[in-house]
Amino acid sequence: MERVGVFICHCGSNIGAVVDCARVAESVKDYPGVAFSTDYKYMCSEPGQEMIQNAIREHNLNRVVVASCSPRMHEKTFRACVAKAGLNEYMFEMANIREHCSWVHAGRNEEATEKAIDLVKMAISKVCNNEVLMKGHAPVTKRALVVGGGIAGIQCALDIANNGYQVDILERTPSIGGKMSQIDKTFPTIDCSACILTPKMVEASSHPNIKLITFAELEKVDGYVGNFEVTIRSKARSVDMSKCTGCGTCMTKCPGKADDEFNMNLRKRTAIYTPFPQAIPNKPVIDRESCLKFKSRKEGKDVCGVCAKLCPAGAIDYEQQDELFTERYGAIVMATGYEQFDHSIYGEYGYGKYPDVISGLHFERLVNASGPTQGHIVRPSDHKEPKTVVMVKCVGSRDPEHGKSYCSRTCCMYTAKQATMIRDHCPDTKVYVFYMDVRTPGKLYDEFYNRTREEYGVEYIRGRVSKIYQDGETLRVKGEDTLLGRQIEIDADMVILANAMIPNPDSERMAQIVGIGYDKDGWFTESHPKLGPVETHTAGVFLAGACQGPKDIPDSVAQAGAAAVKVCALLSKDQLETEPTVSKVDNKLCSGCGLCVPVCPYKAISLETIQERVAGKTIERQVANINGSLCQGCGACTVTCRSGAANLKHFTNAQILAEVDALCQTIL
Amino acid sequence: MDYAYFPGCSLESTGIEFHMSAKAVTKALGINLIEIPDWNCCGASSAHTRGHWISLALPARNMAIAEAAKLDVAIPCAACYARSKQVEVEVSQSAETRAKIEEIIGRPYKGESKARNLTDILYRDLGVDKIAAKVVRPLDGLNVLTYYGCLMTRPPELACDDVEDPVSLDEIMKALGANVLQWGFKTECCGGSLTACRPKVGLDMTQKILDAAIKAGADCIVTACPMCHSNLDMRQAQLAKHDHNYHMPVFFITEMIGLALGMKQKDLGVDRHFIATEEVMCKLEEYEQEQIQKMMNEGGEA
Amino acid sequence: MTLNERQQQNEALRSEFLRRSGVDVSKCYQCGKCSAGCPVGDHMDIPTNKIMRLVQMGLIDEAMQSSAIWLCASCVTCTTRCPKGVDVAHVMETLRQMAKDHNCVAEKNIDKFHTVWMNILHKMGRMYEPGLIVGRNMVTGNIFQDTSFGVPYLAHRKLKLMPYKSNNIDEIKRMIEKAEAMDREEGGAR
Repeated sequence: MERVGVFICHCGSNIGAVVDCARVAESVKDYPGVAFSTDYKYMCSEPGQEMIQNAIREHNLNRVVVASCSPRMHEKTFRACVAKAGLNEYMFEMANIREHCSWVHAGRNEEATEKAIDLVKMAISKVCNNEVLMKGHAPVTKRALVVGGGIAGIQCALDIANNGYQVDILERTPSIGGKMSQIDKTFPTIDCSACILTPKMVEASSHPNIKLITFAELEKVDGYVGNFEVTIRSKARSVDMSKCTGCGTCMTKCPGKADDEFNMNLRKRTAIYTPFPQAIPNKPVIDRESCLKFKSRKEGKDVCGVCAKLCPAGAIDYEQQDELFTERYGAIVMATGYEQFDHSIYGEYGYGKYPDVISGLHFERLVNASGPTQGHIVRPSDHKEPKTVVMVKCVGSRDPEHGKSYCSRTCCMYTAKQATMIRDHCPDTKVYVFYMDVRTPGKLYDEFYNRTREEYGVEYIRGRVSKIYQDGETLRVKGEDTLLGRQIEIDADMVILANAMIPNPDSERMAQIVGIGYDKDGWFTESHPKLGPVETHTAGVFLAGACQGPKDIPDSVAQAGAAAVKVCALLSKDQLETEPTVSKVDNKLCSGCGLCVPVCPYKAISLETIQERVAGKTIERQVANINGSLCQGCGACTVTCRSGAANLKHFTNAQILAEVDALCQTIL
Repeated sequence: MDYAYFPGCSLESTGIEFHMSAKAVTKALGINLIEIPDWNCCGASSAHTRGHWISLALPARNMAIAEAAKLDVAIPCAACYARSKQVEVEVSQSAETRAKIEEIIGRPYKGESKARNLTDILYRDLGVDKIAAKVVRPLDGLNVLTYYGCLMTRPPELACDDVEDPVSLDEIMKALGANVLQWGFKTECCGGSLTACRPKVGLDMTQKILDAAIKAGADCIVTACPMCHSNLDMRQAQLAKHDHNYHMPVFFITEMIGLALGMKQKDLGVDRHFIATEEVMCKLEEYEQEQIQKMMNEGGEA
Repeated sequence: MTLNERQQQNEALRSEFLRRSGVDVSKCYQCGKCSAGCPVGDHMDIPTNKIMRLVQMGLIDEAMQSSAIWLCASCVTCTTRCPKGVDVAHVMETLRQMAKDHNCVAEKNIDKFHTVWMNILHKMGRMYEPGLIVGRNMVTGNIFQDTSFGVPYLAHRKLKLMPYKSNNIDEIKRMIEKAEAMDREEGGAR
C-alpha cells in the first residue's frame, strides 16, 4: 500500500510569487496514493527537511514527492533527507516547478499553478511505481591521464603527482611546453616565459610519479569514471628513444627542410628536429613529410640517410611504425589548449598575403632571443627595423559576422605587453594601437595598460581598422578615431594583429572520443558555468586551461590546480559508488534479436546463451545480457528494444507510462 | 552561348565605348548577345533612394522580357548588374515579393532568368584560356591597374567576384599579356553620381583613385563600369582646373580584349575617350618593336 | 532639453524607422569600422558610426537632417565589413527616404538630381543625359554646371542627341506609378 507524502516548496518568491503553492498541495491531497500533503517556504532548509522527516514518521509515509527546483540542485539533499528517516533514497521523486514552471511562466499565475499541479501528479504516479534500489561499488584505478602538455597540463600533472598519485601527460607534439614555450615575455610582470616555464617542464619530466607520453595522440576512450580504458597512438618518431642521447648531431647535416611551425614559419627547420632548444624530451623526431629519405621512398627510391650515418648511438630507426597501446586511468584531465585564429579570412586586411602584417604569436617569435631574428624586431619582408608599428585588436574576436562572437580575454594585455616591448627594443619606433575597448580585469593589469600609454608613449586610437593595403614599401592602415569622429590613415612599416584564441582544431573530435560536451565554437563545456568550472558532464573527466575557453597563464594555472584537486579527491577513494539506475533485460520477453548490442555506447550489452525448459524439453536460446558496471543508464537500449524486454531501473516503461497517464487524465 | 543583352542607358551615351567594344569582342569570342527589345532604365542610384518597390520594378521588367525568351541576361554595366541581380535574388527567394513584382510590372517573372555581369561571363563561362587563345596582339609590357569599383562586388550577396580582392579583371588582363599591378583601390568608390550633384565631394573621391594609380606607376586603368569610367576619364579635365594635372588613360575591359584581339581602336570606341590613349598604344608598339629587335639580335648571335 | 524629452519627441519617428528599415540597430557596438572605411567619410558632417548612434538613441530627427545621409554613395563598404552584420547602408537609405517624406532634406541638390532622373524615366523609360544635365541645372540653379562638357561630349561622339522614347511608354508609366504608389502605401518598408 503506497503512502505518499507531497511537499510543495515556495522557494521564497521564486515559485511562490507565481504558483499558488497552497492550492497545489490542497488539490493533490486526495490523489490516489497520497497520504499527506503540505507546502512550505523553503523545503531545502533545515526546518523544511525536518518537516519531511517528521511527516514520514507521523504519517507512516513510504514514498515522498518534493515539488521545488531542478533535481540538479537538490535531489541529493532530499534523497539524503528521506534516507535519514528510514526510507530507501530511491523512494523519492522531485517535481521541478521552478525552472519548468514558475520561472518560464511568470505573469501567468493561473496557468502556472495548473501546470504545477500536473507536474506534481505525474511525480506522484511515478513514485508509486518506484522500487527499492541499492547503490553498487566499483574499484578505482589510482592513476590519472592529462591530455595536453602545455602549462595547464604540466601544472595539473605536477599537482596530482605531488599528492602522491601516478599521472601520465599525453602530448601530441614532440615536446611538452605548449604555447607558453613560444611566448617571449609574460604580462604584467614581463618575466621571461621560458625562464618560468622550463623549471616546470624539468620538474614534470623528472618527477617519479609522472610519465611523459609525447608525440602521441588519443585514439579511443572506453570505460567510465574510476576505470577508463584509454587507447593511445604513439606516432613513429623514427628515433629510438631508449638509445638516443639527445646529442643533436643528427640535426647538423640534415638536408631536408620544412617550415618551422614553432617559429610561426618565419624560418626553416631540418626534417629531423626538436622544436626548440629547451624541448623535453630533448630527443628529435623525423618529420616524414619533409625527410628526403621518406620522400624518396614514396617514389620507389631510397636516398639520404645522413642522420643514421651521423648518429653515434645508432638510434635512428627508419622502420619504426605507429604503435597503439592501452592504459587504465581513474580520471582524465583535458588540457588541449588553444590555437591562434587565422586572420587570412579578412580580405580587407590582405587575406594574409602581406608579409609585414603579422599576428601576435609571430611577434613573440620575432622578439625571442632564440627566434628567427635572434630577438631583433625587424619586419619579415626586408628585415628592416620598423619605424612605425600599428597594432590592431579584436581580430577575429567580437566579430560574429566574420570571426568569433566572443572576447578572447588575453589580447588587450598581450597587445599592451608587445607595445611596451617594441618601445623598449626600438625607442625611436612609434606604436599605435587600434582598440574598441580596453579590458584589463586582472591584478595589476589596468596599471600595466596605463603605463603603456603614459610611460611608454604608445598611442591608443579608439576604432576598428577598416582596411590595410600595401602602398609601396609601407602598409596603409585606414581607421577611424571614433572619439575625434575623424578618419585616420597611418603609414606603417609593420602591422601586428591581435588574433583571437580558438580551440585546438582537433577539439571537437577529441570531445567526441572522451565523451564530453563542447559549445558552438568548439570550447569544452564545463558542468556548471559558476559552480562546476573544471568538471564536465562526464564523471571523471575534468578541464584545465584554455580548452574550456580563452584564458591567460595565471587563470590556466589556477584552473589546472583546481582540476588536480578534483582528480585527487576521486583517486583518494578505494571504491566508487555506482548508480543502480542501470538497464536490465527481462529474459522472458527478450527475443535475442541483438538490436540493443550495437546501440549501446558503453559496450555493456552482449548476447548470451541460456537454457530453458519449454513443454518439457530443454532448449537453448540467446538473450541480451547487460553488464551493470559498464552500463551508464542512458536508456538507448530500452527505446531500441522491440519486445519491451529492456528496462532502465528507476525509469521503467511502467513508471514513464504512469506519468503519461497522470498527465492525460487531467487533460481529458 | 546565347545571352539576352541589357546595355543600360550609359552605354548609349557616356559609356558608348563599352557598348561598341562589348558587342565586337563577344562576337569575336563566340558569345551571342541578343539585345532586350525596348529595355528600360534600371533606376540606377535614384530609384532606390526613392523606394524599395520602384527600385525592384524597373529592372524586373527587363528581366521578365528576357525570361520570356528563356535567356540569362548579360549586363556590362556594374550598376545595372547590381540593380538587376537584386530583383532576381529577391524574387527567387520570396513568393510574396514575386507576386507583388508581377502585379506591378504586369508580366510574369519567376527569377529564373539570371542577371549576369558580362565580365563574369567572360571570366567564368568562357574562361581566360579561350580569350588567350584568340590574342593576336598581346598587351605585353603594359602596366595596368584593375579597378572594379563598388557595384561589381557589393553587396556581397549579389557579388560575382571576391568582395575584397576581386580577380576576374586581373585574370583576363593577364591572359591578354598585360602586367597587372597591385593597389589598395580595386573596390574603392569613384564617387558615383556625387561628381554630378556634389562635385567637390565626388571629385575628391575620383582624385584619390587617380593619385593612387599614378603612385602605383600604372600606364592605364582598366574598369568594367561606365560610371567609374566616366568619372575617372572625363573628370580629369575638371581636376586640372584645380591644378591637378593628370593624364591617366582609362579603358573598359572589353576595349582591352578587343585591342589584344587585333581590333581597330575606332571599332572599339577607344578614340572617343576624353584622355587620349596614344601613349598606351605607342608603348605597346614600342614594346613589340623591342621584342622583335631582341629576337633578331638573338637570332643573329646564334 | 533632457534626453528622455528628446526621445519622447522622436517616438513616432523611431517606430517609423524600425518599420521601414527592418534593421536592428541595437546590434551596433560602435566599433567605428563603418566610418573608417567610408570613401565619403572626410566630407560627412556626422560620421557614419555617429549616425548609427543617433538612430540607436532614437534621435531620428537629427540623423534625418544630416547632410551625411545624402553624401553616402551607397557603395555598401560599411555593411560588407560590419562585424555585427548591421546593414548600415540600408539605414542610410531609409533615413534618406524618410527625410524626403518628412521634408527635411539637407542636401537639396542631390535630392533634386534624383527627382530629375526619375522624371525623365517617367517620360521616356530611359535616361537622356542632356535632359538630366539641363533639368538638374534648372532646378539647382547652377545653370552652367557641367555644360562645358557638352562640346567635348559631342566632339567625342558620346552624347545621344535625340532621346529614345520607349514604344511601350504607357506600360512603363503605369509600372512606375504602381510601384511608387506601393512604396507610399508601405512607407518604403522592406
